[in-house]
Amino acid sequence: MGFDSMSEKYISRSTAIAARMLGGELMVMSSTDSTFFTLNEVATAIWQAADGRTPLSEIVSRVVCEEFEVEPSVAHSDAEQFVAELSQHGILMVSDHPNTDPSVQEPA
Amino acid sequence: MSLMQEMNQRALELGVPLSLHLDVTYRCNERCIHCYLDHDDHGELTTEEIKGVLEQAAEAGTFFLTLSGGEVFMRRDFFEILGHARRLMFNVRIKTNGVMIGKEEARRMRELGVEHVQISVYSHRPEVHDRITKLPGSLKRTIEAIRFIKSQGLKVTVANVLMRGNSEDHAGVQALAKELGASYTLDPTITPKIDGDDSIVALRIPGSELHSVFRTEALVGNVEEFCALPPPVGEDVMEAYPCSAGHTAIYVSPYGDVTPCVQFPLPSGNVRREKLMDIWRYSPELNEVRSIHARDLPVCSTCSHVGTCTRCPGLAYMEGSMRGPSTADCEKSFQRTGIASANMLRKERIQSTGPLVQIQAWRPSESSGQEIPRVAAQLL
Repeated sequence: MGFDSMSEKYISRSTAIAARMLGGELMVMSSTDSTFFTLNEVATAIWQAADGRTPLSEIVSRVVCEEFEVEPSVAHSDAEQFVAELSQHGILMVSDHPNTDPSVQEPA
Repeated sequence: MSLMQEMNQRALELGVPLSLHLDVTYRCNERCIHCYLDHDDHGELTTEEIKGVLEQAAEAGTFFLTLSGGEVFMRRDFFEILGHARRLMFNVRIKTNGVMIGKEEARRMRELGVEHVQISVYSHRPEVHDRITKLPGSLKRTIEAIRFIKSQGLKVTVANVLMRGNSEDHAGVQALAKELGASYTLDPTITPKIDGDDSIVALRIPGSELHSVFRTEALVGNVEEFCALPPPVGEDVMEAYPCSAGHTAIYVSPYGDVTPCVQFPLPSGNVRREKLMDIWRYSPELNEVRSIHARDLPVCSTCSHVGTCTRCPGLAYMEGSMRGPSTADCEKSFQRTGIASANMLRKERIQSTGPLVQIQAWRPSESSGQEIPRVAAQLL
């Protein structure tokens, strides 16, 4: 899956997960398959911006490239990998359309 | 070191209570013969008080939350508590006997994102299980509950406490767990009652049966490895902490009492009087627990098992000292390896040398003239 195909995607956090900050990293566990991840600062920023309404491309440009001063090509590639990995475990949900539900989960 | 161990280490360094065990009630619909609880309600935390504790724990960084009892479903507000816990993004594990879980309860647990459910099963035979729980029909209802929960795709562990009366049934329970698609865990530990009454300790299986359990591959995996002689004790072992209780884990009772662990009833504060994190940080009792390294244990630090023993500081506390040995764990180490613990050898020495103060009567006819009785005091 290339970045072009992901750039029009909308990511949101699953409700079937547990999450908590510990020492600057976010711990995330899927309650479906019990996989456990820790997210570094950049990954946490993407996670927190995953509101289901903002396109992934915008999250990468606005949150990752600007706040962490990362080259766009690197940021896009890493974000794509991150989203693919977490969506495989049902931790992030990926959609072609923005979520219009106003009750979308607030950041952990 | 696994990722989870790394997080535990980080929590330890940062002083974060990574795990909270919250008993929401001690009330129960079963009356298990080995249970350590008093099932009367002495003023449980209200729904709002429990929500407040959960909010404080979330803010403190707690990730793992075990909701247990008593029987958690005896609380009518249990789903409200559970829903609040999940909104706070805890990883939630529930311990239950399953008797009150039907299709609807199982569905709601799945919807709320419960990660794991542990259910007690004492035997695959109804007559044995129901005799232990003192609730007729309980095994049937518990098995039905497991099926409902599994049908929702949740993970279930069957917890099998072994005691006199069901010690021959572990293979049957293990087979039942497999048939139900559940994991299986065995626990041969019977703990004294929470009020200090240790009469139920008599239900512990005898050493010979423990020996046999520890040599059952289906229960322990590689028997040779499990029963291996203790390795030489290094300095790292002497610097180690006994377990997570009070270090990265904490317990709150249905009455708000805070202790290091459910099995370590050292009163350390109450959430009705103080904030959970104030207790966690400043309780002299918790800080004392944290100050104890293996090298500080007067008997256990001299024991060859010190690096591999499952010594529970809570059981040691209930035996008289949190720095002392836990007899049940000495027995386990002995039955596992055949090597007596330092505590066992010490007790043997005491028994062979007799009582601390000995008095012997002297009879004039047995000797040649001395007429004063002799008193011998022997310090061990």
